[in-house]
Amino acid sequence: MIPTSHTLDPDDARNAAREVRKRRLQAFLFVVPLLVFIIFAFVAPITTMLYRSVHNPTVANLLPETLIALEDWSGEDLPDDTILIQFATDLKRMANERTSGQLADEINRALPGMSSVVKSTARNLRRVEDSAIATNGVALLLDANDRWSDPTTWRAVRDAGPIYSSSYYLTAVDMERTVSGGIAPRDTQIYKQLYTKTLKMALIITILTVLLGYPLAFFMAHAASGLANFLMVFVLLPFWTSLLVRTTAWIALLQTNGVVNSTLLALGITDQPIEMLYTQFATIIAMTHILLPFMVLPLYAVMRGIDNSFMRAAISMGSRPIGAWYRIYLPMSLPGLSAGALLVFIISVGYYITPALVGGVDGQMISNIIAFHMQQSNNWELAAALGSLLLILILVLYWLFDKFVGTSNIKLG
Amino acid sequence: MKRFPEYYTFWNIIGHYGLRVTAFLVLVFLMLPILIIMPLSFNSQPFFTFTEGMLSLDPEAYSMRWYQEIIDDSNWLLAIRNSFIVGTIAAFIATVLGTLAAVGLSSQWMPYKRLITAILLSPMIVPLIIIAAGMFFFYTQFNLVGTFTGLIIAHAALGVPFVIITVTATLSGFDRALFVAGLSLGASPVKVFWDVVIPLIRPGVISGGLFAFVTSFDEVVLVLFLAGPEQRTIPRQMFSGLREQINPTILAVATLLIVLSAALLFTLEALRRRSARIASGE
Repeated sequence: MIPTSHTLDPDDARNAAREVRKRRLQAFLFVVPLLVFIIFAFVAPITTMLYRSVHNPTVANLLPETLIALEDWSGEDLPDDTILIQFATDLKRMANERTSGQLADEINRALPGMSSVVKSTARNLRRVEDSAIATNGVALLLDANDRWSDPTTWRAVRDAGPIYSSSYYLTAVDMERTVSGGIAPRDTQIYKQLYTKTLKMALIITILTVLLGYPLAFFMAHAASGLANFLMVFVLLPFWTSLLVRTTAWIALLQTNGVVNSTLLALGITDQPIEMLYTQFATIIAMTHILLPFMVLPLYAVMRGIDNSFMRAAISMGSRPIGAWYRIYLPMSLPGLSAGALLVFIISVGYYITPALVGGVDGQMISNIIAFHMQQSNNWELAAALGSLLLILILVLYWLFDKFVGTSNIKLG
Repeated sequence: MKRFPEYYTFWNIIGHYGLRVTAFLVLVFLMLPILIIMPLSFNSQPFFTFTEGMLSLDPEAYSMRWYQEIIDDSNWLLAIRNSFIVGTIAAFIATVLGTLAAVGLSSQWMPYKRLITAILLSPMIVPLIIIAAGMFFFYTQFNLVGTFTGLIIAHAALGVPFVIITVTATLSGFDRALFVAGLSLGASPVKVFWDVVIPLIRPGVISGGLFAFVTSFDEVVLVLFLAGPEQRTIPRQMFSGLREQINPTILAVATLLIVLSAALLFTLEALRRRSARIASGE
């Protein structure tokens, strides 16, 4: 009998290892083009946004010398004359380069009301000779606006300076730095309330989709398969219909002179139209409608695999239907329920379009404020900070989803 | 009258019908908004509600004027053209790159599979407003904001996860022995890929591509941030219409889109059945 060896000889082992490396490389090469594309098109933008939330070089680029000079200032009294003159020189240059508006916006964020002060002072200094500023800069500045004689103003200039700053995150959680360097709540509390409202609305929408989706999924899952497939069309058609079409439909329904109000008036239920559009109610009902398929589809997929005879057995032995459902069916349908609920919740937390179109003022969610800071107030760093917090929230929710439900349960169509 | 088992109590029977009624009402809730805008788009008056004439089925109260307005409005025509151009090219890029990647990801030899899959699927998870803000910051540096190239790249990235998911699902039913058989008969890997793999996973590839197309076709947040007036798409045009001057032209466009999505739904369903047949090896 030929003795068999249980170990590979070194050559075979090397060949095998090379073969494995080759196959790994082959598989990886298939993925490389897409990976490079996604890193450029998607990962880099998200990273830029995260970076943007702590990075703002605007003021540092506009006022480099003034900021260096302010580093040695105690922060208690008015800064030295040299600093004031340096600032006046910088401001004149900016007025001529038409960049003083940027500075006004930045300082206004540190100290509200400063925007007009900076702009008017810049206008005053625009035509003044450099020599006049060098000799008389302090008086020119203090005459232009008496807020320049207030140390608070100069603290605002200093605080707007750093290239890297956590101040946008502080603003995003309604906090600010105090004179002594501590952290305290701001006078106006906006964003925490907004996050709470967004989460509350997402929760209401999730509960509504459960209440509506569960009976429908249950009925379809245990109907004859021909009927179930037929009814599925009515779930999938709205699912496939453009988001804007569905939002348009709700505008048509909920308008002051819309279909719902006309019907209520015709039936005599109300004698004057109810204002429903542009409210939180409109956002919630439209989003419930839009997200309902995301609840029904995973529920249906799970319920389809549950044998309904367990329920019948329990009922035949005298259990009440509710009891049988609670003790037997609910635990078995829980994977579908949690998948649908988390999916609906995650999507609604980051929703933008529907609240923007039907939400009015009190129906706005966190995404809408991010868009506001991107497009209207041009406070991109604050938008980035709010966006980063939202991203963290979504990732945590998604991590929960993966832990409890498993991402492999996501199916399309 | 339906016969119930003898052990059914009165409340069981109520529950039985209650469930039916509830399910029916929920379906009505799902369908009614969509059904209601279709007749409204034929309104001869510039209202978003049914006029007296429409309710009494007076032919005078119905008209095609809002459909005519789409054709007469160069903005809408441009938007329709842009939507199809951007959607097609973005879906093409997402499908080609996504299919290749799905083949790699389905291989048992693929290194860092979980991490790479997570990265490639992430555009589906991150809220659009965050993607829009980040892309706006990043694409500005390459002068891609306000260009078709920028918008197409952005939409292709959004479509990628759908292609990966559908193609990977089809590949899971694909018999790897066929690939090996092709190689053993002397064909090059590229030839085997084209002549054996692609024909078998085609339903998955096509439905992934359709998903990517719909994603782009329906997307408005990125368009709001990244596109200029020249790149306006149908959803962008609807968005500004709904914000500024509401008129039933939007309802006419909406009706056309509903018809389009119904057509798409049936195409996808047919593809899904074919791909299920392939997966079950029939």
